[in-house]
Amino acid sequence: MLDMIFVLLILTGFVFLGSGRLQFGIRTLAVQGILLGLIPLLEGGSAWWGRISALVILSIGIKGFALPYFLTRAMRKSNVLHEDNPFLGFTPSMLVGILCLGGSFWLASRLPFLDSSQPQMAVAVSLFNVFVGLFVIISRRKALTQVLGYLVLENGVYIFGVAFTVNVPLLVELGVLLDVFVAVFVMGIMIFHISKSFDHIDTDQLSSLVG
Amino acid sequence: MFPNPLTIPALVLVPLICGAASLMIRSDYLRRIVLISAAAIHLFFAVTSGHAPAVLSGWLALDALGQLFLCIVSVLFLIASIYGVGYLAREKGTAKQGLFDAELGTLLVNSPESLLTGCLLFFLSAMTLVCVSNHLGLLWVAIEATTLASAPMIYFHHRRQSLEAAWKYLLICSIGIALALFGNFLLAVSTSTVHGGELPLLLDQLLRNASSFHPQWLKPAFIFLLVGYGTKMGLAPLHTWLPDAHSESPSFVSALLSGALLNCAFLGILRAQQILTAAGLAFFGQELLVGFGLLSMGFAAAFIVQQPDYKRMLAYSSVEHMGILALGVGLGGTAVFGAMFHAVNHSLTKGMLFLIAGNILSVMRTKTASDIRGLSRLIPFTAALWMAGFLAITGSPPFGTFLSEFTILKSALEQGHYIVAIAYLLILSVVFIAMASIIVRMVQGNPLRNPEPRASREPWLMILPPLFLCMLIVILGLYMPPALERLLLDAATVIGGAS
Repeated sequence: MLDMIFVLLILTGFVFLGSGRLQFGIRTLAVQGILLGLIPLLEGGSAWWGRISALVILSIGIKGFALPYFLTRAMRKSNVLHEDNPFLGFTPSMLVGILCLGGSFWLASRLPFLDSSQPQMAVAVSLFNVFVGLFVIISRRKALTQVLGYLVLENGVYIFGVAFTVNVPLLVELGVLLDVFVAVFVMGIMIFHISKSFDHIDTDQLSSLVG
Repeated sequence: MFPNPLTIPALVLVPLICGAASLMIRSDYLRRIVLISAAAIHLFFAVTSGHAPAVLSGWLALDALGQLFLCIVSVLFLIASIYGVGYLAREKGTAKQGLFDAELGTLLVNSPESLLTGCLLFFLSAMTLVCVSNHLGLLWVAIEATTLASAPMIYFHHRRQSLEAAWKYLLICSIGIALALFGNFLLAVSTSTVHGGELPLLLDQLLRNASSFHPQWLKPAFIFLLVGYGTKMGLAPLHTWLPDAHSESPSFVSALLSGALLNCAFLGILRAQQILTAAGLAFFGQELLVGFGLLSMGFAAAFIVQQPDYKRMLAYSSVEHMGILALGVGLGGTAVFGAMFHAVNHSLTKGMLFLIAGNILSVMRTKTASDIRGLSRLIPFTAALWMAGFLAITGSPPFGTFLSEFTILKSALEQGHYIVAIAYLLILSVVFIAMASIIVRMVQGNPLRNPEPRASREPWLMILPPLFLCMLIVILGLYMPPALERLLLDAATVIGGAS
C-alpha cells in the first residue's frame, strides 16, 4: 500500500512536468497533498494515535484543500490559465523528469541505510520531487507556476520527513504547515499585485533590478 | 540580575501582541507609541536576559550566543523604530501632496501604516524566537516566519521595483529555507545511531550525544543547512535577492534586514556548526565556511566597484560583511571572537548607514549616486555622518570595525593561512577604494540642484538615531565594556573558538 503511494507520488511529479494548464497543475498538487497526508496512517508506527490523526487531518486539509483553493483563486484573479511558453518545452521536460528519477534512485542507493529497503524508496521519491520542483521553478515563466514548483519541492522534503518517521514533535510539524500556508497566501496576494501593475505574471520580465 | 522566569515568554509575546494590536489601532499617534514602547520593553528584557531560565521543557532557552544576537536585534530595532516614526510622519505629509512616479505615470499609494507597524512587530517577535530557540525545528519555523513578516514591508511603497524585489525575496528565501528543512530531517536521521533511538532535535541533547552520530548523514545535513540558511544570510552565490530587497524597502526596514535579519540566519548556520564541532567534524564545516566566506566577499567587491545605486552599494557591502563573519567562524581560534565582535559592529554600522541613506533619499529623491553632489553644503549633518559611516564600514581605525576585522586578520596570520589573509586584505582594500570613489563624490562639490527649503531637510528625528549608532561604534573602537567582552567570549566559546 505504501509502495503504491510512492509510485503515485512519482506519477504526479511527471503529470506536473507535462502539463501546461495551471488548473490541472493545481489539481495534481492537491492529489499529491492528499497522498502525503495518508503516509503517516499507513506506516503504523508506535506513535500516539491522537498525534497521527491531528497530523493527517491538518496536512490533508491544508495541502489537499486550502492551498489548492487559494491558488485557484489567485489564478482566476490574475486571469492567467495556461503556461504558454516555458523556457523548455513540455516533452523535453518529461525527459528531464526521467533523468531526475534515475538520479534520485542512484543517489538513494548510495546513502548508508540503517534497516529495510523501504526508506530507500522514500528517499528516491523525496529527492525526485525536490528536483522536479527546482526544475519547474527554473524553467517556467509564470509566477503562479513557480509557486506550484515551490510546493512540489516542499512536498518532496515532507515525504522524507514522514517516511523516516523523523522524531519531530507535533508543534513543529504544525509550525511548518502554518509557515507554508502563510507563504502561499502571501505569494497569492503578490501574484494578484503583479498582474495588476504589470498586466502579466511573467517573472522573466521582472528584471529591472540587475547588478 | 536575578533570573526571571517570565523573561523569555515576554520577549517573544510582547512584540507579537503589540503587533496584533497595532493592526487594529486606528490612531497613528497611538500606534507609533505602541511601536516605540514595545521596542523599549523588548530592549529592557533583552539586556537583563542573562541566565534566564529555560521554558517549555527546554524548547526555549538562551545561551550566550543567542543572547548576543538578541541584544543586537533589540538595540537596532529600537533605534530603527524611532527613526521609522519620523519617517512615517514625513511620508504621510508627502502622501497628502501626492507623490508622482514619473516612470509609472501614476500616483503612488503606500501600504497602510498599520500593516507596516504590525509587520515590524511580528518581525521582531520572529527574530526573537530565532534567538531563543533551543529546538532546531522551532528555529526553522522562526526563520521562515521572519521571511513572511518582512516581505510585505519591502513592498511598502507599492512601486513596480519593490514588488519585484519582494517577490524575489519571498520565493528565493522560501526555497532556501525548504532546503534547510531537508537538512534538519537529515540531522534527525543521523541521530538514529545513538543508543536508545532518535533524539528530539533539542540543541543541548544533540550536543551531548553528537559523538555517536552517523557522520555520513551529518555531513550532508550540514551542507543543506549551510546552503538553506546561507541563502537567507546572503552568502554568495545565493545572495541574489539581497541587493534588490535592501535597496527597495524603506530605509529603516533595510537597516533591520541588514543589521538584524542576516545575523539571525547566521545563527542557524552557527547552530549546525556547533553540532559538527561536538561530533568531532569541526574541520569539515570550517573549510566550507571559509570557502563561502571568501566567495561572498569576492562577489560583493566585484559588484561594489562602479555601483551606480548607493543603496545597492550598501546591500552588497552586507554580502561582503556576511562573508567576513563566515570566514571568521571558519578560521576558528581567536577569529571566532573577532567574528562575534564584527557581527555587533557590522549591525550597528550598517544600520546607521541605511538610516543616513534614507535621509539622503528623502531629500534628493534619487538613488543614483552620480546624480548627487555637494551633500556637505545641502545637508551638512547627514553628509558628515555619511562619511563617518563609510570610514566605519570599511574598517578604519577609530571605529570598532577596525578592531574586529584586524582580530580576524591576525588570527589568519597566526594560523598560517597566508593565502586567505592576502585575499582578505586585497578584497577589503578594493572595497575601500570603490566605496570611497562613490561616497566622496556624493559629499563634495557643488550641488546640482536645490531640492527643498533648508528648514525641513534635517529634522532631529532623522539625525539623532544614526548619530547615536555612530557614537556606539566609536566607543566600541576605543573601549570594550567588560560585560560585552564577557558575552562575546562566552559566545565564541559556544561555537568552539579558543579565546
